[in-house]
Amino acid sequence: MPSALINVPKKAKRGDVIEIKTLMSHIMETGYRHTASGSVVPRDIITSFTCRFNGTEVFRADLFPAIAANPFITFFTTVTESGKFEFEWIGDKGFSETAQASITVE
Amino acid sequence: MANSEHTRRTFFGITGGAAAMVIVRPANATPAMLQAAIRNVVGEANVRSGKVKLDIPPLVENGNTVPMTVSVTSPMTADEYVKSIHVFNEKNPQPNIGNFYLGPRAGRAQVSTRIRLADSQKVTAIARLSDDTFWSVTADVVVTLAACTEEAI
Repeated sequence: MPSALINVPKKAKRGDVIEIKTLMSHIMETGYRHTASGSVVPRDIITSFTCRFNGTEVFRADLFPAIAANPFITFFTTVTESGKFEFEWIGDKGFSETAQASITVE
Repeated sequence: MANSEHTRRTFFGITGGAAAMVIVRPANATPAMLQAAIRNVVGEANVRSGKVKLDIPPLVENGNTVPMTVSVTSPMTADEYVKSIHVFNEKNPQPNIGNFYLGPRAGRAQVSTRIRLADSQKVTAIARLSDDTFWSVTADVVVTLAACTEEAI
């Protein structure tokens, strides 16, 4: 069962640069491993991560098999108003998960 | 006992398969693949060294999860900011690690994640600035236990 961990400050001052930490549970199977019988384990990774604030994209990442299992990504953004962050992970085999976090800007 | 004989044969079959696997494993990314991957991102532009900082441990025990932070010296204003950060490796089966797209409102041009390294190798981070210049930095990492090499069950 996929689950996301998001760390966004609850409150910030207008114009502050805040750090956002995200973690999505996922095996990130590289597609380069073999089973004991020699067959390739098919690739199963998250290929794309997007963060939007009130509908506007603020951060995006393309992920490759070289990203470790349970992709952990941290980045920064400037907050100018209260609102909602939306996080989206998209991957192989129809993987699609979202998460949200709100922030109050004073 | 016929049963134990069978088990032993199965065992040899599996180990034999594992030995063959070493040979058929995909070749590591070659310097040419790395160059091609970088060219894919930067096009014909000149890549200069500087401005980018790559924080990665010089010696890691486990290549399956290596913490990495890339930061770029930039005022991050509407006129001067970092558009994207691209991270590459030299010896994994695939040269790309990740592409990170920022904008002026990122406030600070810094990204952290955890990566896999299949071997001791160089890791290169390239930043694209708002004026479409490219800046890079390369770090050497020694890996004692490589990622991607273990068998899946």
